[in-house]
Amino acid sequence: MGLHDPRFAHAACGLAGLARLDGRADHELVERALLALGNLEHRGATGADPDTGDGAGILTALPDGLLRRVYRSEIGGELPPPGHYGVGMVFLPRDPARRLRCEELCVRICAEEGHRALGWRDVPVRPDRIGALARSAQPFVRQLFVERREGDADGFERALYVIRRRVELAAAAAGVPEAEFIFISLSARRMVHKGLLKAGQLAAFYPELTDAGFTSPLAVVHSRFSTNTLGTWDLAHPFGFLAHNGEINTVRGNGNWLSAREPQLSSELFGRDLQKLFPIADERWSDSAKLDAVTELLVLGGRSLPHALAMLVPAAWTDPTPGLNDEVRAFYEYHAALVEPWDGPAALLASDGRQLVAALDRNGLRPLRYERSRDGLVVIASEVGVAGVDRAAVVESGRVGPGQMLVVDPGSGTVRGDREVKLQLARRRPYRRWLAENKVFLEDTAPRDPAPIADDRLRRLRSAFGYTEEELAIVAEMASSGGEPTGSMGDDTPPAALSDRPRPLSAYFKQHFAQVTNPPIDSQREALVMTLRTSIGAIGNLLGERPADCRRVEVPGPVLDGEQFAQLRELRDFQVETLPTVYDPAAGADALERAIDGLCRAASRAVWGGSTIVILSDRDVDADHAAIPALLATAAVHSHLVREGARARCGLVVESGEPRESMHHALLLGYGAAAVHPYLALAGLDAEGRRRYIGALGKGLLKICSKMGISTVQSYRGAQIFEAVGLGPRLVSRYFPGTVSRIGGIEADDVSSTVALLHARAFGDDPQVEHGGEYRLRPGGERHAWDPDSIVRLQRAVRDDSADSFRAYADGVDAAAATATVRGLLEPGPVGPPLALGAVEPSASLVRRFASGAMSLGSISPEAHETLAVAMNRIGGRSNTGEGGEDPARSVPDPDGTLRRSAIKQVASGRFGVTAAYLVDADQLQIKIAQGAKPGEGGQLPGHKVDGRIAGLRHSTPGVGLISPPPHHDIYSIEDLAQLIHDLRCVSPAAEISVKLVAEAGVGTITAGVAKAGADHVVISGHDGGTGASPLSSIKHAGLPWELGLAEAQQVLSANALRDRVRLQVDGGLRTPRDVLVAAILGADEFAFSTAPLVAAGCVMMRVCHLNTCPVGIATQDPELRRRFAGTPEHVVRYFLFLAEGVRELLGELGAAALDDVVGRAELLRQVGHPAGLDLSALLEPAPGRGPGAARGWVLPLADRELIARAAPTLRTATPVRITATVENTHRSVGAALAGEIARRHGDAGLPAGAIRLELRGVGGQSLGAFAPRGLEIELDGPCNDHPGKGLCGGTVVIRGPEGQTAAGNTALYGATGGELFVRGSAGERFAVRNSGATAVVEGCGDHGCEYMTGGTVLVLGTTGRNFAAGMSGGAAYLLNADVARCNLDTVALEPVAEPADRATVLRLLERHLDRTGSRLAAELLEEGEACLVRFHKVMPHDLRRVLEREATREAVAAGG
Amino acid sequence: MADPRGFLTIARRTAGYRPVLARVADHRDQALPPDPGLAGSQAARCMDCGVPFCTSGCPLGNLIPDWNELVRTGRWREASDRLHATNNFPELTGKLCPAPCEASCVLALNDDPVTIKAIELAIVDRAFAEGWVRPQPAAAATGRSVAVIGSGPAGLAAAQQLTRAGHEVTVFERDDAPGGLLRYGIPDFKLEKQLVDRRLEQMMAEGTRFETGVDVGAALDPIELRALFDAVVLATGAQRHRDLDVPGRDLDGVQLAMPYLTGRNRAVAGRPAGDAASAAGRRVVVLGGGDTSADCLGNALREGAAEVHEVAHGEMPPREHDPQQTWPAWPRVLRSHPVHQEGGSRHWRFETVAIEGDGRVQRVRGQDGSTIDAELVLVAIGFSGVEPDPVYPGLEVRIEDGRVRGTPDDVFAAGDCVLGADLIVTAIADGRRAARDAERRLAARSTEPSGRWRRQSSVSQASGVPSRRPSSSASCSSSSQL
Ligand SMILES: Cc1cc2nc3c(=O)[nH]c(=O)nc-3n(C[C@H](O)[C@H](O)[C@H](O)COP(=O)(O)OP(=O)(O)OC[C@H]3O[C@@H](n4cnc5c(N)ncnc54)[C@H](O)[C@@H]3O)c2cc1C
Ligand SMILES: Cc1cc2nc3c(=O)[nH]c(=O)nc-3n(C[C@H](O)[C@H](O)[C@H](O)COP(=O)(O)O)c2cc1C
Ligand code: SF4
Ligand code: SF4
Ligand code: F3S
Repeated sequence: MGLHDPRFAHAACGLAGLARLDGRADHELVERALLALGNLEHRGATGADPDTGDGAGILTALPDGLLRRVYRSEIGGELPPPGHYGVGMVFLPRDPARRLRCEELCVRICAEEGHRALGWRDVPVRPDRIGALARSAQPFVRQLFVERREGDADGFERALYVIRRRVELAAAAAGVPEAEFIFISLSARRMVHKGLLKAGQLAAFYPELTDAGFTSPLAVVHSRFSTNTLGTWDLAHPFGFLAHNGEINTVRGNGNWLSAREPQLSSELFGRDLQKLFPIADERWSDSAKLDAVTELLVLGGRSLPHALAMLVPAAWTDPTPGLNDEVRAFYEYHAALVEPWDGPAALLASDGRQLVAALDRNGLRPLRYERSRDGLVVIASEVGVAGVDRAAVVESGRVGPGQMLVVDPGSGTVRGDREVKLQLARRRPYRRWLAENKVFLEDTAPRDPAPIADDRLRRLRSAFGYTEEELAIVAEMASSGGEPTGSMGDDTPPAALSDRPRPLSAYFKQHFAQVTNPPIDSQREALVMTLRTSIGAIGNLLGERPADCRRVEVPGPVLDGEQFAQLRELRDFQVETLPTVYDPAAGADALERAIDGLCRAASRAVWGGSTIVILSDRDVDADHAAIPALLATAAVHSHLVREGARARCGLVVESGEPRESMHHALLLGYGAAAVHPYLALAGLDAEGRRRYIGALGKGLLKICSKMGISTVQSYRGAQIFEAVGLGPRLVSRYFPGTVSRIGGIEADDVSSTVALLHARAFGDDPQVEHGGEYRLRPGGERHAWDPDSIVRLQRAVRDDSADSFRAYADGVDAAAATATVRGLLEPGPVGPPLALGAVEPSASLVRRFASGAMSLGSISPEAHETLAVAMNRIGGRSNTGEGGEDPARSVPDPDGTLRRSAIKQVASGRFGVTAAYLVDADQLQIKIAQGAKPGEGGQLPGHKVDGRIAGLRHSTPGVGLISPPPHHDIYSIEDLAQLIHDLRCVSPAAEISVKLVAEAGVGTITAGVAKAGADHVVISGHDGGTGASPLSSIKHAGLPWELGLAEAQQVLSANALRDRVRLQVDGGLRTPRDVLVAAILGADEFAFSTAPLVAAGCVMMRVCHLNTCPVGIATQDPELRRRFAGTPEHVVRYFLFLAEGVRELLGELGAAALDDVVGRAELLRQVGHPAGLDLSALLEPAPGRGPGAARGWVLPLADRELIARAAPTLRTATPVRITATVENTHRSVGAALAGEIARRHGDAGLPAGAIRLELRGVGGQSLGAFAPRGLEIELDGPCNDHPGKGLCGGTVVIRGPEGQTAAGNTALYGATGGELFVRGSAGERFAVRNSGATAVVEGCGDHGCEYMTGGTVLVLGTTGRNFAAGMSGGAAYLLNADVARCNLDTVALEPVAEPADRATVLRLLERHLDRTGSRLAAELLEEGEACLVRFHKVMPHDLRRVLEREATREAVAAGG
Repeated sequence: MADPRGFLTIARRTAGYRPVLARVADHRDQALPPDPGLAGSQAARCMDCGVPFCTSGCPLGNLIPDWNELVRTGRWREASDRLHATNNFPELTGKLCPAPCEASCVLALNDDPVTIKAIELAIVDRAFAEGWVRPQPAAAATGRSVAVIGSGPAGLAAAQQLTRAGHEVTVFERDDAPGGLLRYGIPDFKLEKQLVDRRLEQMMAEGTRFETGVDVGAALDPIELRALFDAVVLATGAQRHRDLDVPGRDLDGVQLAMPYLTGRNRAVAGRPAGDAASAAGRRVVVLGGGDTSADCLGNALREGAAEVHEVAHGEMPPREHDPQQTWPAWPRVLRSHPVHQEGGSRHWRFETVAIEGDGRVQRVRGQDGSTIDAELVLVAIGFSGVEPDPVYPGLEVRIEDGRVRGTPDDVFAAGDCVLGADLIVTAIADGRRAARDAERRLAARSTEPSGRWRRQSSVSQASGVPSRRPSSSASCSSSSQL
């Protein structure tokens, strides 16, 4: 059993597509494609076996010449003319008998479909050239030749598709796994070669790829990086049509909707054959495979490849999108009624064998660069410069932008850009008219006051739906502020299943969130890609294109106020049916389930009777009727209709008293509702309050979507992006099919008794609304682990050095945990006879495994931060900087030997204070991907917390607020993480690399991926970890107890033979020796604690950390309050020593001499008690852990070592040196190793400017000039890839790219703190994101330029993309010919360049730019002299302006007297 | 959500007391009436702690941060509801509680605690003034009956809870008026008796019966009582005095504090003072350093004593303490009562070894030979537990160390008789606890026939008592539990 589920596997990669515009099939193109594949090797990965890759493959047109030749010699006879035969590439079982059966099946089905199998041929392969692991899983590869017997070429493709699908289904029915038997392609136009290979092995394994006769006018190659090592051959890309780099986050929903609409599909082209294809996509397939399947369906169903991709992966089009053509918008809008977006990061390269199509997701989250050479070769790839095209021959180089497409058509010799492609598509049909005639909009009119609910009923309803005072307060806050309330510190209450209070069903669900394999989105600053817009009604025929297919009701958002709801119900042109969802709770234990059955039947009747909108309503709750929990009703009806094939015929709308928080609404949408009318939450609010409340819900919903990297509520619908904790198997399989629920739990009768209980109370004498006590402790409310007893006992223990008090603390906490936590239900058993304490590993050694958690200076006071550091240094544990940088002065011991340095330096998404010197001063570098209290979210340090000291450390302006983005902008996928790890290692080779993750279903697979990406250390954080500030809903509703995450990580790492590569650390709510012991047994090597040591140092769980008013001087920067801090390092030291002593005692009792003797030995644990039906057996699967696994040795690449050697004298003496070299895209992080060397010797000050000068030619790899400090200058003649100047801290990077073309990739200057970057040519998305001090000049940039910038100066001499300056709070940007519509004016204003200082700056930068790059553009502007300045605008952040004005007044006052 | 910066911008302040000269001249309440405006601004100092230590410091578990917030935002009526949800008699605690909640308040760690007690009083004061305190009779009668022995705060709290739960409750009190120590023990200047009376009115209106002048054990046979009622709550207090065993104890003019106080309180109430001595014009020495001695001091001053000396044998407690060492527990610090501003002098480390005089007391002598002249000596050195009373054996209740330890299934003890001489707030809390226990017992037995309670004696007049249904199952009275 265990916790691992193959559905959690993720993959990412590098890809490239090549095509010849002259349409000629030649072998050179194939060679180049294979070269490109080799140059993308670093984007793939290997697992425990270094010779086994995660997958590589190539898609080409059919090489007719070669095929003809081999057919003649190996099968005999002549192939029919091109187009009249198809070729299948087939993976077959190795067992000859099984193989024969499979082959017979293929032949028979060909015949049944009216075509003829001509014969089989063994594809020559070289198993000796691949890794052992790959070899052991290697299928038999054969080619099947099929002759076209009837119909035209397109009809033949369709027939081949039908044949393939039938074979697949027949094989599946016979129980043959796909890893053994699968068509990797079957077409008369395309073929695929792929396998569980490293990029470089593809051609070696398939020698015919290098045969001069293997020709093609186009090719797509792909190199895979998978989180799993136990990959199989079939999972490699390309699939039949496409190769995908990225991840479809909404795949569950997309898959469900696809199967839901199958019954409605009809196609003249397929006719009755359509039925043979179902299911179009298998539920178990990967996201990419499903996307490929639906693309194939659409294309063979008659749409062009660009059309299909534009439907499935649309650009952002809803709200005003600058530059979007109306007709194109109508195209998208029409198709939105047919299909919800397949949402998530996606660079797609697809080919039907004739065209090569590139497409990028709406957010531009993967790189896609293209080049055209003089002789008509087009290369589109994850990186520029992969195909070895002579730089001088490149005539055009650019990138595919967010939501854009590029179509290369060798047949016609054309390359069509996005605008052209989309306009052509948009003009195919009169979409605008169709929409106008069919779509209905619910008016956004001023809301009427709904009929008020009488006070008594209001109280009873609130009581019946289990409202608490706290929830009412949250609703009130949302209604007054229009946002969701914020809180702090972790959730220390029991999981719903263990609560003593009646908990709503929604409390058993946890939101999923993106980590590592795809990025969460900033729904606030990148609002342009987000949309709440939703349409309701029957779904049109995916294969059709009729006006009536867009006949739906559209609403601006999924939460309806009373007015919209009334309108909806009264719609005349739609058949709307309302189904009551109430039942008599007194009618027996199974009353609830009977009611649900009845409801499902009623829904079927309504839908088959023609209703296209079905409303589920619990309005009728009264003394005799309780509501079926809305979530249960919705999920039940949704899944029932899916099963019945009726789901696509209607939209579900929920009218319920139950939903109040955004999580409740998200659940309803996630389980199938199109819209929700929360009448009870709305009751009692005035019109303005209702508007704000709905607004706040909208923001909350977008946040929940964006956490998972999803942009549109429409694709969130039905996507089931939740995991259940504490729901029983029967309940889940009946009503929430497909939802992960791994530890069992309550069943329908438990739900029903909770409903009955609440109902009886609500309609009894005293309809109570309890306080709740979920967020703040209250007598009679929810239990909290931190209560007065535990806090006081711990504080007594450390202040009085009282072991007794510590024991009282630990015993009390453990006793409470026994009924309140997962670990409490687990009892460790002995390893052997008890040992005397003296025989057990000493405390001094145990404490080395302890760390204090990451807490930024900013969230806590310097006093508290240093107290923790001193304490950890004293005992030999480690403290963690958190995300705010650290004063280098702390690395110098005080005269008395006290060391205030943090051994762990965190690298978080804000990159505050991350300089080369910071990196080299670390024992461990921790890449913070997520934090338990708010996974998938960024953070914000409000201006009032940014005092001079913090601003200094973070390289920002005092008083100006700072934002940490939700994702690392250089980690959108696993191969990006590998790249960041490579960067960090280059700079700081001695430091361990740690990656901090949060427990969720699938974290094990991600951990495996992280291990493969090269990390040494992984932190698994529990959902209950502390926080300095998070939305309350995130504290409560995202992430899992660490027990689950840790056990899963241990199991998956073991299964993949990767456990030895990493040490596992756990954190989140660790308090007692027992916690440590259980964590160790579940797999943890190390343990981190934040809240507990803070409590030891005086924290009283005030939970106002986010307000800067911590009364004990911990979570505050207020000088007055900081004086109140009474904690000392001794307090913290004692806590850890007590803890270690306690662990020793427990180990002695178990008979274990050392902690290592129990690490990962889950079989020692036994579950005690099964409250609420919980079953933890999946956690207790033995996972041996330590096993054979190649130890991974990282070595600095040779080129970098050479650079260091050549610069060695300069590093010592600062005598200037000039080094020249040529580079390719495979040379990554050039300069980073030098940066580390400089910083180690000279700290942040670096060397004198220009001391080391690298002069490079060629194509720069990723992270060119990363973390370059002062004294390091890098000049590149040629373009470069993503992340140039990342973390630049004083150095200079010059990129002389092709003028007027794309010169630099995405995310330049991310987190830079100083230095200069000059780019001739333009740059990609997110130029200078989170820049806090560097100066840059660029000649154009993509979307989201200067996002979150807090300092530095940026001059853009060309067009910018959309959303420029989003979240920018400091520094200045100057834009030539600025387009206001493309700027995000939330935090900045555009003003003319008028101040003398600004004028001088622009002119100076132009001169510098001209000087460094020879830019013609700069030269022309300078020729105009000052006159050119009228064409510039300055982008001025409001925050900065405020601070400057305040200072100006202060100075004026000072000067005046 | 609370005002996050309130405590940083507002200093602690309470309404305070009437001027000394004015207050020693009468027996009226020494405190100024509560100030709602002040309460509102002081409530803003509350930080609405994630872990409200105040609540855990309050024996009643009062929902302090909740009502602080309600007061801050002017929602007094809700505040009153929230307050009464955990506290039957906030006017008592609001006046007389030593406020352990404030010692536990997080602000007490390094600042001045929130004026919780004053806010509590302001809420209940307002609630009475607005007429929000109304009888809350039970929705339905259960047909069960409960006898409560003793009408101190413990008995009253239990009685009110049980009455509201629908049981027929009769309170037996041996004194001539209900209230226990509230009635004649605690001086008027601390607690004006109309505060007790208006609460009793509410209780009577809810249906609680009071039988005063009934000494259970003497006038009423406890065995019979047990037979008549479904449950008995024992709340007899702990009024057995600790006495001094020194030469001269039996001199004239040496009196235990309680008879003195009770007598003087009765006199203030216009009833016979009994044999209570008078302090008027005399030099008074009060032996003891606690709350009772302070009350004696205050009473003596009001009587017009010539001098009052409060003499304690222990060390003077420190004036300051380090809250880091004690919080959230009750710190041992010098507590001064308002009466200490009014006059009199305090002596520490004075261990009385003899009381000297010639028939009548003249002085007290300490361990070091020093003396203090005295014409009246009041012994206020504490209480040692329950008084000897046939009620305990009669109810089969076990007493150890002067406290009730062990009761039969249908007897529930509460208040000082369990806890030893304690506080009003703990008495109320314990009374509520006992009521819950009794409830549980009554619910568990709800299948058994009941209704053995028959009206025995005349009920003390309860004006406005709604006429109630006669006990529904009176006819089943034949069944016996014994
Ligand atoms: C002088 C003085 C001042 C105090 N001041 C304060 C103060 O400021 N703040 C504070 O919190 N606490 C104060 N206390 C303590 C507080 O009054 C008591 O802790 C509290 O009253 C105890 O309540 P109780 O209900 O348990 O008992 P009591 O109030 O003692 O009530 C017991 C009742 O039972 C009756 N009774 C006993 N036996 C029988 C029987 N056999 N039959 C019928 N009736 C019987 C008694 O007559 C008495 O009325 C003070 C105490 C004293 C003595
Ligand atoms: C005040 C505070 C600030 C935090 N800041 C960060 C941070 O900057 N980066 C981070 O990765 N985690 C941060 N965390 C989370 C902790 O590092 C840690 O994962 C978590 O608190 C562990 O749970 P525990 O507090 O229950 O021990 C913070 C926690 C707290 C309490
Ligand atoms: S009853 Fe006493 S302890 Fe409780 S809140 Fe009131 S004053 Fe504080
Ligand atoms: S402890 Fe003090 S500040 Fe905190 S909630 Fe209670 S009264 Fe308010
Ligand atoms: S919870 Fe936060 S506000 Fe202070 S007391 Fe603890 S650090």
